Amino acid sequence: MKKAFWLAGIAAMALTQPATAGDTIKIGFVSTFSGPTAVIGNDMRNSFELALDHLGRKMGGKPVEVIYEDDGQKPDIGKQKTEKLVQSDKVDFIVGYIWSNVLLASLKTAVDSKTFLITANAGPSQLAGELCSPYVFSTSWQNDQTPQAMGTYMTQKGVKSVFLIGPNYAAGKDMLAGVKSTFKGEVKGEEYTVWPSQLDFSAELTKAKNSGAESIFVFYPGAAGVQFLNQYAQAGLKQTMPLYTAFTIDELSLPLQKDNAIGVPGAQEWVNDLPNEENKRFVADYRKKYTGKRPSFYGAQTYDAASLINSAVVAVKGDTSKKDEMKAAMQKATFKSVRGSFKFGNNHMPIQNFYLQDVVKDADGQLSLKTVATIVKDDQDRFHQKCPMK
Amino acid sequence: MLVVVEQFLNGLQFGLLLFLLAAGLTLVFGIMDFVNLAHGSLYMMGAYFAATFVAWTNSFILGVFMALGATLLLGVVLEFVALRHLYGRDHLDHVLATFGLILFFNDAVRLIWGPAGLVLPLPSWLTMPVQILPGVYYPAYRLSIIVVALLVAALLYWVVMRTRVGMLIRAGASNREMIGALGINIKLLFTLVFGLGAALAGLAGLMQAPILTVQIGMGENILILAFVIIVIGGIGSIRGAFLAAIFVGLIDTLGRAFLPDLLRMVLSSTAASTAAPALSSMLIYLLMAIVLVVRPEGLFPAAKR
Amino acid sequence: MKSLLNPRNAVVALVIAGLLLLPVYSAVSGNLFILTMFTRIVILALAAASLNLIMGYGGMMSFGHAAYLGIGGYAVGILAFEGIGSGFIQWPVALIASALFALVIGSLSLRTRGVYFIMITLAFAQMAYYVASALSRYGADDGLTIYKRSSFGPLVDLSNRTQFYYVCLACLFGGIYLIRRIVNSRFGLVLQGVRSNEQRMQAIGFNANRYRLVCFVISGTICGLSGALLANNTDFVSPAVMYWTRSGDLMVMVILGGMGSLFGPVIGTIVFLVLEELLSQVTEYWALIMGPLLLLIVLFARGGIMGLLGRFSRG
Repeated sequence: MKKAFWLAGIAAMALTQPATAGDTIKIGFVSTFSGPTAVIGNDMRNSFELALDHLGRKMGGKPVEVIYEDDGQKPDIGKQKTEKLVQSDKVDFIVGYIWSNVLLASLKTAVDSKTFLITANAGPSQLAGELCSPYVFSTSWQNDQTPQAMGTYMTQKGVKSVFLIGPNYAAGKDMLAGVKSTFKGEVKGEEYTVWPSQLDFSAELTKAKNSGAESIFVFYPGAAGVQFLNQYAQAGLKQTMPLYTAFTIDELSLPLQKDNAIGVPGAQEWVNDLPNEENKRFVADYRKKYTGKRPSFYGAQTYDAASLINSAVVAVKGDTSKKDEMKAAMQKATFKSVRGSFKFGNNHMPIQNFYLQDVVKDADGQLSLKTVATIVKDDQDRFHQKCPMK
Repeated sequence: MLVVVEQFLNGLQFGLLLFLLAAGLTLVFGIMDFVNLAHGSLYMMGAYFAATFVAWTNSFILGVFMALGATLLLGVVLEFVALRHLYGRDHLDHVLATFGLILFFNDAVRLIWGPAGLVLPLPSWLTMPVQILPGVYYPAYRLSIIVVALLVAALLYWVVMRTRVGMLIRAGASNREMIGALGINIKLLFTLVFGLGAALAGLAGLMQAPILTVQIGMGENILILAFVIIVIGGIGSIRGAFLAAIFVGLIDTLGRAFLPDLLRMVLSSTAASTAAPALSSMLIYLLMAIVLVVRPEGLFPAAKR
Repeated sequence: MKSLLNPRNAVVALVIAGLLLLPVYSAVSGNLFILTMFTRIVILALAAASLNLIMGYGGMMSFGHAAYLGIGGYAVGILAFEGIGSGFIQWPVALIASALFALVIGSLSLRTRGVYFIMITLAFAQMAYYVASALSRYGADDGLTIYKRSSFGPLVDLSNRTQFYYVCLACLFGGIYLIRRIVNSRFGLVLQGVRSNEQRMQAIGFNANRYRLVCFVISGTICGLSGALLANNTDFVSPAVMYWTRSGDLMVMVILGGMGSLFGPVIGTIVFLVLEELLSQVTEYWALIMGPLLLLIVLFARGGIMGLLGRFSRG
C-alpha cells in the first residue's frame, strides 16, 4: 500500500516538469541514442552542443535549453517523443531526425502544433513535395539529391552499366530512384535487402557479380555500410567491379571500414575540408572538444540547424511567439553554413552543391575523407514543384 | 548454373552458422528444459570478446581461443549466479528473466565498448577468394566457416553419442529425474552443459564477426532464427537442429536470390523488388508453420518423457 | 482472505480511480503529455488483458499476440487511406479481421503444445509482419500515416484527447468486464479445467480444443480492438507493431503484473511503461537497471506484482 503511494508520488513528480515558458529558448532534439546507430545520434548531439558553445549558449540574448530524446530508430517511439516535446516540454523548435520513417511518423504532431521542425538529416521525397509545410525546414538534402549527384558523376566518368543494391525502406528506395534518374548507362539489376535486420549480402553480391554489370552502386548508412564493404572486399570484387556509394562511407563508419574504403568514391554535400572559415572552425573545434573524434556530415548538418535556429531567434530578439517573422528569417537563410553556399527552395529544402569525396591517408597516417571535385552546383531537388508553397 | 552453385554455398554457410547457435540452444533447452532468450547475448559477447582479445594479442587464433574460454566462463557464472535457480520453473519465468538479461547485456556492452560496434579483422590468408571449381571463386573465410561448423557438428555428434558425458546428456534429455536418482551430480552436469552451450553461442558470434557485425543487439534477430531451427528440428535433437539449420539457411538465401526474379514474372519490376525481400524472409516461418502443423513436435522429437 | 480490504484490492481500486481521474490531473497541471502517455498505456493494457485471457486462464502461451495489434491497426489505416473514415465501418472490420486471423492460426496452432505452440504463434505473427512489410501501396516498411482518426459522427470526437482517452478507458474496462464474465461462466470453468487437467476434461466429454479455440478467437478479437485504438492514438501504423519483440513486451507486461489475475496485466503494463519512461529520463542506460529488476522479480516475486501483493495480504 505504502509502496504504491510512493511509486505514484515519484511518477507524478518525474512526469510533471514545470512548464516555464518565455525566459528560455527551448529546443527539442529527437535522434537515435541507443542501439548500434547511436553513433550517428551522438555525433549530431556533439555538433549541436559545439554550436551552442560557439553561440555562448544563448540565442537572441536568452539562454538555450535543449531536451534530448531517443527515438530508438523506431517510428512510433519517435512520434511519442515528439509528442512529449510538443505537449509536455512545449518546445519552440524540434531538431534532429536521422531516419525518414521516423520523421514521416512524427511530422503531423509538429506541424499540427505549429512547432518549427528542422530536420538535420532525413529528407524523404514526400517532405519536399506534397507534405511540405511552412513549419518544416531542412538543413540536409532531399534523399534523391545525393545519389543523383553520384549518377551524374558515373555518367561523366563513362560508366556503362551498374547493379544497384540498397535497403528496403523509404530512403533506400529514394536513393536507388535517384541514381536511376541521372545515370545514363544501363541498370543491369536492382536488389533491396531487409532493413535493418539483414546483414549478410552474399546472395546479392553473387547476383551482382553474375549480372554482367561493370560496377555496383550501394546505399548503406551506419553499420550496414561496414558489413557491405567487408563482404564486397572478401568476395574479391574490389579488383573487378568498382563500387560507387552514397551515405555509406563517412567519418563514423571509416574507423571500422579501414582500408576497405580506400578508393571508393562517394557523393556528399559537405566534406570536412571545404575551404570556408565557418567549416574550418567547426572541424577544428570539434576535434579539440571531442578528442579522437571527427565530425561527420550528420554533425555538420546539425551544426547548421543550430545556426539556422539562432538566425530566427535573433531576428525576433528572442520573442519566439512571432512565428511568421521567424519563418521569414529562416527562409532567407542568412546564417553562415559550414558548407558555404546555402539557399532554401520554395519547399524549405536546401539548394546546394554536391561534391565527390574519396578516402585517403592524411598527414598523421589516419584515413580521412577528401574533396575531389564539385559534381553539381546549386542543385535543387526534383520534387519542389509538387510542393504547394510558392 | 555456376550462380546456383555459389548461391547454394552461400545458403549452406549461413545454415551452418545458424547450426552453431542452435546447437547450444537445443542442448540447454532439451536437457534443462530451460528457455534461454539470453543465448543471443552470449553470441554477442563471443563476438565482442573475440574482437577485444584479437586486438590485444594481435593474433587471430589466440584471440579466438581466449574469447571461447571467456564466453564459456561467462556462461558458467551466469548459470551459477542466476539461472540455476530457475530450473523447474515455468517457461514463462524463463522468458521474463532472460529477457531481463538481454536488456542488461545490451546496455552493459554499450557502457563498456561504446555504441559504435567493433571490427574483427581477418588475417590476410583468409581475406581473399579461392577458386573452388573452374570459374567459381568463393571467399576463403566463408569456406572456413563451413569447415569449422562441420567439424564442430562431428565433434558434438561424437561427444553426445560415444562418450559417457554424452550418455548422461542423452539420459538427461529424456528423463531428468532419473539421472539424478542414479547419483549423478546433476548440478555439475547442468552447469557444464550450459557452459558448453554458451561456448557454442560464442563461437557462432565470433565466427560471423568478420563478415557480419560486432554490434549491440546483434543476437536478437538471429536468436529467433535459432529458435525456429530447434523447433523445426525437434527440441533436444542435435541431428534435427543440424538438418533444420541447413534447410533454413538454404531457403533464406535461395529465396533472396531467386524470388525477386520469379516475382518479376507476375508483378511490375518495382513492386517485385519491394515485395521480394519481405516475402523471402517469410518463407522460413512458413516452413516452420507447415512442419509443426504436420509434425507437432518437430522433425526429430526427442524420446517421449 | 475474503476481506475486501486487502492490499491487492486497495491497489486495484487506487489504479481504477487514478485512471478515471487522470484527465482532470492533466488539465489542472497543464501536463498534456501524461495524458498522451497514459492513453498508450491504457490501450496496451487492453492488449495485455486479452493476452492474459489465453495465457492466464486458457494455458495458451501465445508469442504472436502483437499480430492483432497490427491487423486492427491496418484495418483502420487501410480503410482511412482508401477514403472510408467512418469508425462504424473501420472498427467492426478490425474486429472481424482479427477474429478471422485468430480462427485460422488458432485452428492450426492448437495442434501443438507447450513451446511448440509458443513458436508456431510466433511464426504466424512474423508472417503477418512480413506481409505488411510487402504492402508497397500502404507504405511497406515505412508504415502508413493516418491523417484522420476514425469518425463516429456527432457521438464522440477521437481527435479530442480527453474524449479519446475515455473511449480507450471504456474499452479497457469493458474488455476486463467481458473477460471476468467469460472466466466465471461455465465456458470459463471448463477452460480452466482443461488447463489444469486436459485428460480428465476430455474423459468427461468436453472437446478441449474447441473450448481453447473459442477462447483464442475472443482474445484475438479484443486485441484487434486494441490495435484499432493504437492506430488512432499514433495516427500511424507500421509493420513494426507486429514485430516479435512487441509480442515479447506484451508477455512481459502480463507476467510482470501477474498472470491469471484480472487486473494484473493492467498493473503490469503501467509499471513496465512508466518505469521505462522514468528510468530513461534518469539515465540513458535505463536497461541496465530494468534488466536485473525483471530477473529479481522472477526470482523473488512469483506470480508477478499481484502475486506479491497477494502474499502481503496473507501476512
